[in-house]
Amino acid sequence: MPLTPVDTLETESAEREYVWTLNFGPQHPATHTTLRLVLTLDGEKVLNAVPYIGYLHSGFEKLGEHLDFNQYVTIVDRMNYLSPLANEIAWHHAVEKLLGIELTPRCRYLRTILAELMRMHDHLLNLGTTALDLGGFTAFLYFFQQREHIYDIVELASGQRFHTSYTRVGGVLFDVNTDWVNRVRKFVREFPRVYEEVDRLLTKNRIFVDRTKGIGYLSREDAINFSAAGPVARASGVERDLRRDEPYLAYADLDFDVVCSKGGDCYARYLVRMQELLESLKIIEQAVENIPGGPVNIGVETDMVLPAKPAVYRSIEGLIQHFEVIMPNRGYDVPREQVYAATESPNGELGFYIVGNAETRAYRARTRPPSFIHFSMFPHLIRNHQLSDVVAVLGSINIIAAELDR
Amino acid sequence: MAVGLPENIFITKLDAAANWARSNSLWPMPFATACCGIELMATAASRHDLARFGAEVMRFSPRQCDLLIVAGRVVMKMLPVLQRIWLQMPEPKWCISMGACACSGGVFDTYAVVQGVDRFIPVDMYVPGCPPRPEQLLAAVIEMQAKVRRTGTVMGREFAIRDTPVGPTPFDMDERYRIQDANLVQLGGFSAAATGTALKGPANHG
Amino acid sequence: MVELSVLQERFGSGITEHVFRDNRRVDVPAAVLFDVLSGLKTDFGFSVLIDLTAVDWLEYEGATDRFTVVYLLLNMDSGERLTVQTALNLPNPTLTSVYSLWKAADWMEREVFDMFGITFTGHPDLRRILMPEEFDAFPLRKDYPLKGRGERHNFPVITRSGS
Ligand code: SF4
Repeated sequence: MPLTPVDTLETESAEREYVWTLNFGPQHPATHTTLRLVLTLDGEKVLNAVPYIGYLHSGFEKLGEHLDFNQYVTIVDRMNYLSPLANEIAWHHAVEKLLGIELTPRCRYLRTILAELMRMHDHLLNLGTTALDLGGFTAFLYFFQQREHIYDIVELASGQRFHTSYTRVGGVLFDVNTDWVNRVRKFVREFPRVYEEVDRLLTKNRIFVDRTKGIGYLSREDAINFSAAGPVARASGVERDLRRDEPYLAYADLDFDVVCSKGGDCYARYLVRMQELLESLKIIEQAVENIPGGPVNIGVETDMVLPAKPAVYRSIEGLIQHFEVIMPNRGYDVPREQVYAATESPNGELGFYIVGNAETRAYRARTRPPSFIHFSMFPHLIRNHQLSDVVAVLGSINIIAAELDR
Repeated sequence: MAVGLPENIFITKLDAAANWARSNSLWPMPFATACCGIELMATAASRHDLARFGAEVMRFSPRQCDLLIVAGRVVMKMLPVLQRIWLQMPEPKWCISMGACACSGGVFDTYAVVQGVDRFIPVDMYVPGCPPRPEQLLAAVIEMQAKVRRTGTVMGREFAIRDTPVGPTPFDMDERYRIQDANLVQLGGFSAAATGTALKGPANHG
Repeated sequence: MVELSVLQERFGSGITEHVFRDNRRVDVPAAVLFDVLSGLKTDFGFSVLIDLTAVDWLEYEGATDRFTVVYLLLNMDSGERLTVQTALNLPNPTLTSVYSLWKAADWMEREVFDMFGITFTGHPDLRRILMPEEFDAFPLRKDYPLKGRGERHNFPVITRSGS
């Protein structure tokens, strides 16, 4: 297959004889998953990189046209698998905008806490593996231990530690109990200690700083032109955070800062992510102390949520309600409209563009995948750096293959 | 004993000695494509610690490994790569298919996802779950060790007799036709086919 | 906020507007699409192309066109969002590439080409991005079945003794 690099090199060095080509991936540990780069090298200098993707394309969007709004949540889970719940929240956020549902306060707080836990979940693994790729094994182990605590919290709420499929149209699967709240509190209490340790291990670590500072520079103009979002854009000085700019869930009530940096390099992205961990912790701390009471789902009279199990088993009305939701020929009204709604996922703006067609499944369920958009600027970031910087840049833009290829 | 053996000398079968050595130092090649890969990472990380079973030496070069762990879904574009990695691994080698996707396609019954890697490469152990919990993967590794001890031979004779694909019988007409076609031309040199034609990728059968 | 009348005055009266909840969308004829987009970018501050995608309307009751291509824009300074949509039809759905306006459009257009078969003239490197090069269908079109046409089974089998 002929190689036709997107932006052809102007440098005459491309014609030099000793320029050689290196195939990186699709199965390589530093890619974490599956992506392939064809690097043009002059010695160790990367002259150009051409990404090839699609090694994990599994037809998510096609499936979205065949599964209903509640079923498809199991699929979006598997999209960004570092933070499954964040995808569910984004998906149902879009669906609820299409249907015009106003969530109950308790559900909004609950989802906020989970979304922030997922942000930490994602950043923890990302920072850990970045350090791992750059030669620091300890940080990975420390952070993974914290991830296990988040797994436990999520498992307690939903029954599954990884792909939780926890949110539903108009609410969540189960309500949480005090035990759960206590466990979140415990996590909030204990996390800063580990954070400090890792901070000491990495932030001023000479090797780590040398390998990330000044690498993969992205200017503010380029970040905007490449549609970057999330920590990557904020590290380049783009002050945008959907949690603050288009508040959804309970973010309007909570107090937090948007972390930005002017650096634009891998180190800045690392710092932004580290700081966001603390901000998320702050949000969780506030939210968990203020969870409102009341029902977690919207009312059953909308025919969108399942009634409580005792009502189904003990009363005929409850049973009828249950069937109204479950039976394929029933269901609720879905407007024949198109809607785009986005949330601030750990990786950037994760949005869904849904076309409704008067049935309880989407006619078209398009994802705006942050990884896909971030990876498209990779050749721009890596040009004229060393071969060993490839892993640093890859780690710092946090590419999740399933989200990249869908 | 009639023959007086000096101290610290054991007598055993060569097969048993080889199995003992092999089973306790399985070197996995993590073929982690998707979410299951994260659980594979969790298995190797702090809490679950795969190192307790001698299988923590993840080598990312297939030429140094003897246990392929296929973690995650394998799609059309990736399958030729998987086959090539499998062929690059030296004998003796085993394969664990981890997760619903690798075993059967899982929730992804779509145009792009291969419905079970066992249709195209040999698989020794299936781990169900989406994703399997780390404990399940640990159990699979232990079970794998038992299997190596039970069936292994020093020269790998047990592999020679397994000359039929391990995948399920096809239920899809397209696939049935394909297998019929393949049997007609007697695909004797599978390895040649896999290194040569497989990398060209799929042709459209429709 | 861009007024519809301003757009109509500049780019012709073929432009219509549609509002649903907080989403505002303008429907633009394909012929003036590039002008509208570049005008929106340079004069109205829509500096970010959030997403570029397409919809196949084959099975949608009452739809008149086969495809629409959707551009989601964002004004970074005011936070205003705007959806621009244009309709296309077979046999030759073609649009002008917006790569010259937003570099982010590079891969998005390739994906739309890969999934729907819509071509973009002026794109520097329009080839398949997610599916294998040899693939000859467009999977997200509605007439392509969810389970494919057997492509996923079409590989050589490696057996144990053969490897
Ligand atoms: S089995 Fe489940 S967890 Fe594993 S790769 Fe498939 S979808 Fe992901």
